[in-house]
Amino acid sequence: MNGLLQDLLAGIAADKLRVVDLTHTLSASFPQLSLPPEMGQALPYRSEEISRYDGRGPAWYWNNFTLCEHTGTHFDAPIHWVSGRELPNNSVDTIPPEHMIAPACVVDCTADAERDADFLLTRERLEEWEAEHGRIPAGAWVLMRTGWARRVNDPVAFQNYDEIGQHTPGPSVDGVRFLVDERDVLGFGTETIGTDSGQAQRLNPPYPCHYYMHGAGKYGLQCLNNLDRLPPTGAVLFTAPLKLEEGSGSPLRVLALIPA
Amino acid sequence: MRARPRLKNPILRTRQPLTPPMPRSRTALGLTAQAAEGRFSLQRCESCGQVQYPPADSCRACLSEELLWTPMSGRGELLAHTTLHHSNDPFYRERLPWRLGLTRLAEGPVVVAHLHRDCPPPPAAARVTAKLDKAGRGVLVALPADELGDMSTDPRHGEFSCDPEHRKVLVTDGKSRVGQALVRELAAAGAAVVWVGQAEPWKKYAGQDAIEKLDQATVVPLDLTDERGVKRIGAEIGGRVDILINNAELHRTQGIAGSAGAELARREMEVNYLGLLRLAQAFGPAMRARGADGGASATAWVNVLSVYALSNYPPQGTYSASKAAALSLSQCLRAEMQDAGIRVVNVFPGPIDEEWNQTLPPPKLAPERLARDIVQGLRDGVEDLFPGDVAKEWLERWKDNPKVLERELALESHTA
Repeated sequence: MNGLLQDLLAGIAADKLRVVDLTHTLSASFPQLSLPPEMGQALPYRSEEISRYDGRGPAWYWNNFTLCEHTGTHFDAPIHWVSGRELPNNSVDTIPPEHMIAPACVVDCTADAERDADFLLTRERLEEWEAEHGRIPAGAWVLMRTGWARRVNDPVAFQNYDEIGQHTPGPSVDGVRFLVDERDVLGFGTETIGTDSGQAQRLNPPYPCHYYMHGAGKYGLQCLNNLDRLPPTGAVLFTAPLKLEEGSGSPLRVLALIPA
Repeated sequence: MRARPRLKNPILRTRQPLTPPMPRSRTALGLTAQAAEGRFSLQRCESCGQVQYPPADSCRACLSEELLWTPMSGRGELLAHTTLHHSNDPFYRERLPWRLGLTRLAEGPVVVAHLHRDCPPPPAAARVTAKLDKAGRGVLVALPADELGDMSTDPRHGEFSCDPEHRKVLVTDGKSRVGQALVRELAAAGAAVVWVGQAEPWKKYAGQDAIEKLDQATVVPLDLTDERGVKRIGAEIGGRVDILINNAELHRTQGIAGSAGAELARREMEVNYLGLLRLAQAFGPAMRARGADGGASATAWVNVLSVYALSNYPPQGTYSASKAAALSLSQCLRAEMQDAGIRVVNVFPGPIDEEWNQTLPPPKLAPERLARDIVQGLRDGVEDLFPGDVAKEWLERWKDNPKVLERELALESHTA
């Protein structure tokens, strides 16, 4: 076996490298993206039994499941947004597999999000982070850590709706522009239900993270778990979406390798 | 108001449901069809005007076959009465003594009727009504002439009614305006427990606090598209539900040309049709087993359908189709619940005054009125309920000629 791969396996076996699962369990009660009810809706995860060692299949258990490309912990491809519709290789079946293994920078905004559910991650905050941890490398994921994953068993708190909509943290317009135009990141990931903040329809442009990231061929990850277990730099993410024909996104298992 | 039924000794065997004898001739089922909608009608001869009982294929007076089911006034005179102390039928053996009588109706014929406890001995004025018995057959019940209300003072009341008083009721969607009205109406009717189903808990709704504060109300997470969730709630409370009111629905307003793809129609079917199927599988067996369980047995299953289930209303074409599918499945459920003595009630409201009918002109059915009619329908023991004038008018047009109604609705949708 190639020495590099051997070293990798040996590192995992010796607990020098750890595998962290950044994925939530898909369940029927997992909160689902909600649009105004007259619009098309993303289906939540549903599972129906085919058989369970019974008359429908005596020795086997299996289910059919249904869900949206954007249900649970999931990946957004550029084709998801109108700004990315004309790009080459913009759907989950055509994005280059090399992009599915990449480093991650983790920006801890937990205290900010606790103070203000509508917290926006700005260019200024990103530059402060760089001053401490170094420049965000091209081709890296930037993950916004907010502690939101801790709310996942309380769908009301996770969604955090009031009469003017959802209140969840996300990136600001200038923060997104900075990451796209000046750092050429691979994509942006969050713990919340979208890569954009809960009130992002009121920003200019609306949903700036979707608009600029996908417009530049970048990706999104949302509903991430366990970001508190990642170091600010040094983690490597494995993000392989299902190979869905012309898929705009995909639920996926997100794994991180971190030094012990 | 009835006294609260005595609590049952839980180590004794649960009494198994029995029904009175079922077979009836096709002609005699005409009485059942009328009673299902809460009407007492008999055949009246179009040739000689004679009203006859029991129903037959031709007029006993003139042999004409032109017989029309005609509503009766119910007024009559009790001629004779008797009390059964013996029966070879298992259903009646459990319920002896049983009172029967002969009553002469104002319209002429003498009918056999079950007698209310308070009917004075003959000769006495009586009021005759048509009810469905536990087997779902139309039967006649004579009440004292001055009895204005239902027959809730009779201990046999429960054989002909599904009164929610002292019963435990599940309302599958407590968030909608209809659901909230139902919960309030059931609480006011003396239901012991009202489980309030709620899907998507993160979506708050107007009126939430008031509903959740009601003494009888207990919120349960319930989303009819979630098989496992429905099964879980069925396992948790299914053995206690006496009345299930399935009012959960997905209501959108489009036909074929006005929509793209099948996704929305599929979601309608997921709730309106498959949701009913999932509920029936999760709750049906336990309810069937409790069809004769003491004084507050499992007694009724209500499906809130739509008058559009009868004939497609093109501006709401896919919704109509999902309700038609639910109506068909509900007939299957009714057949399967029949021998447990559990009444399946189908409710066919016209357009309800709710957000998805915002642009429809009045008259629209108020959710409170619908809830009142459903609770009253349970007390009366009817099987098909057409609340409000629009629904009643549609029903008449549909009965008169379904093809003509189809054409009229097509025309309405062009002018709408």
